[in-house]
Amino acid sequence: MGDIVVNGLGKAYKSYPSQWSRLAEWINPSGKPKHRLQWVLKDINFHLKAGEAVGIVGANGAGKSTLLKLLTGTTRPTAGQISVNGRVAALLELGMGFHPDFTGRQNAMMGGQLLGLSVEEILRLMPSIEAFAEIGEYIDQPVRTYSSGMQMRLAFSVATARRPDVLIVDEALSVGDSYFQHKSFERIREFRRAGTTLMIVSHDRYAIQTICDRAILLQAGQLIKEGLPVDVLDYYNALMAERDQVHVRQERLEDGRMKTISGSGEATVAEVRLINAKGEPADTVEVGDALELQVRVAIRAHIPRLVLGFMVTDRLGQSIYGINTHRLDKPLTDLTPGEEILYRYRFPANIGKGSYSISLSLSREDSHLDMNYEWRDNAWMFHVFNSHQENFVGASWLDAKVEISRPTAPDASSAASP
Amino acid sequence: MSLSLSRALWRYRGFVLGSVKREFQARYRNSLMGAAWTVLQPLAMITVYTVVFSQLMQARLPGVNDPFAYSIYLCAGLLTWGLFGEIVQRCQTVFLDNGNMIKKLSFPRICLPTIVVTSALVNFAITFAVFLIFLLITGHFPSWVVLSMIPLLLFHAMFAAGLGIAVGVLNVFFRDVGQFINILLQFWFWFTPIVYSATTLPAAVRPWIRLNPLTPFAQAYQGIFVNGLWPQWSTLWPSIVLALVLCVLALSLFRNRSAEMVDEL
Repeated sequence: MGDIVVNGLGKAYKSYPSQWSRLAEWINPSGKPKHRLQWVLKDINFHLKAGEAVGIVGANGAGKSTLLKLLTGTTRPTAGQISVNGRVAALLELGMGFHPDFTGRQNAMMGGQLLGLSVEEILRLMPSIEAFAEIGEYIDQPVRTYSSGMQMRLAFSVATARRPDVLIVDEALSVGDSYFQHKSFERIREFRRAGTTLMIVSHDRYAIQTICDRAILLQAGQLIKEGLPVDVLDYYNALMAERDQVHVRQERLEDGRMKTISGSGEATVAEVRLINAKGEPADTVEVGDALELQVRVAIRAHIPRLVLGFMVTDRLGQSIYGINTHRLDKPLTDLTPGEEILYRYRFPANIGKGSYSISLSLSREDSHLDMNYEWRDNAWMFHVFNSHQENFVGASWLDAKVEISRPTAPDASSAASP
Repeated sequence: MSLSLSRALWRYRGFVLGSVKREFQARYRNSLMGAAWTVLQPLAMITVYTVVFSQLMQARLPGVNDPFAYSIYLCAGLLTWGLFGEIVQRCQTVFLDNGNMIKKLSFPRICLPTIVVTSALVNFAITFAVFLIFLLITGHFPSWVVLSMIPLLLFHAMFAAGLGIAVGVLNVFFRDVGQFINILLQFWFWFTPIVYSATTLPAAVRPWIRLNPLTPFAQAYQGIFVNGLWPQWSTLWPSIVLALVLCVLALSLFRNRSAEMVDEL
């Protein structure tokens, strides 16, 4: 249960030059076709084993939603086959079919029936739906009095009331407060542990990297990359920045990670070094060490404005810290070809133990999406060890101190003097 | 084909019945009298026809001298036409109206026209019950003959549903169909002997009226309620066959085009 096999999948919409040509085709179906096929998905192949989680990324209009709709059976494929084994639940549009004048309970009833659950089953699940939605007394109020967050909570609770074999999630989760977002992610993770196959479309890097084992990148209806979420997302990021240009290249590093470099090349990173207080290259760092990131930038063309940014990410690709010279109010202007610039960022390694990577971005503005001269993932990698500080957990070293008072202890005087 | 459709419907029966119930409730939400309005509406209609036509205008059916006869004649035709019209008109837009749901959710689409037909039948049942009570009170209840309403209404509703679903599917692709049907229904109403009796028409027109497949239904209803006569099945069977043909056509059209319909909405 929960296997998904997609074979040569394609979806095209018929496009007629006019209504009359459509009529002509209806009247004479054996005649010459009058329509043109507009392919939105072409030759998609992948195989998901039960319990796998895959993220689908791609720009708007890349065909992500169409792919999900094909998998849920809302639309039918023009070419190829999909076989989905087991019960599919989709969080495509939460609260679809909710009627504002009816109470939350009535709508939950309807919503469940629309998912194909029987009345008895919904009645049995109702207490858990109520408990998960946490909307209290509102469950018996008309849905029109709900805030959008409350509607979302109820809709999510109904849609996930029973564990499906395949769960398909579109963007839907980006609504609601962060508490509920966490809660819903927790439920999705729970489903996964129980063997639910997950397909998720999201622009949220964090969501995909923490939940998925794999990612698929769609571009203009084609599957152009499949692999580890971090690699696919890096590649996608680079593509996004460079929609109108140049090359993206990826190299595999010794540890198996991908290194992605992209950009227009008007400014490039000539050298990167992370050094410690002794001036040695820092591959291993102790918690709290003073570090300096040195970046030598070569200018290859006339550039009106230049911003260098760096981002420290952890093993899972989650951002730990990022800053750039725009935000530090030190952009450079009017650069000429042949110039060389040395940047030195200083910061303490107040981060938890583990392996980290530094990405660099040379751009015109704050975001590399505007004009990307160079984007370099995994430009430097280092490990953080903790042999000097207390043995804390987590990504940040907050250097907490503790003070304890115990005034009501039964024998305060003897406790003080051992 | 019809097997898989009916299996899907059975699986979603909760949704269909729930939607019918909800539609009914939605109409009277936030009203003090609630469902009483369902009864008051047809009651008002019957009263108006009785008072205006039988009492004020002294309208009489040819050959019947009962003051209530014309209003019973009118109601028999109008109420059943109402059922027919409601099914056709709502089926015609049912896919367009629920376009968003069809595009976003995966559920058997045949549920949608089923909900429309069921809720039209429920409305009709209430209206019709009021009519029967009116007949009882005025002493015009047509005895056992009234049972023949069951097969008549069944085929009549099938006729409407078949036509409605076919038009509903076509309307997704060609909006002209919907516009055309609205005009057609107006003409159709006046080409069916509902407010007049076919016998009052000039002899030259009468054969044309007989070609109208709804004429036998209307005349059967009027026969039952005005004269207490069993329907003449010999005049009805062409219409019944047509109803069945329409249903088969509509379902095959629906089946062949439902996938394309989703893309078109």
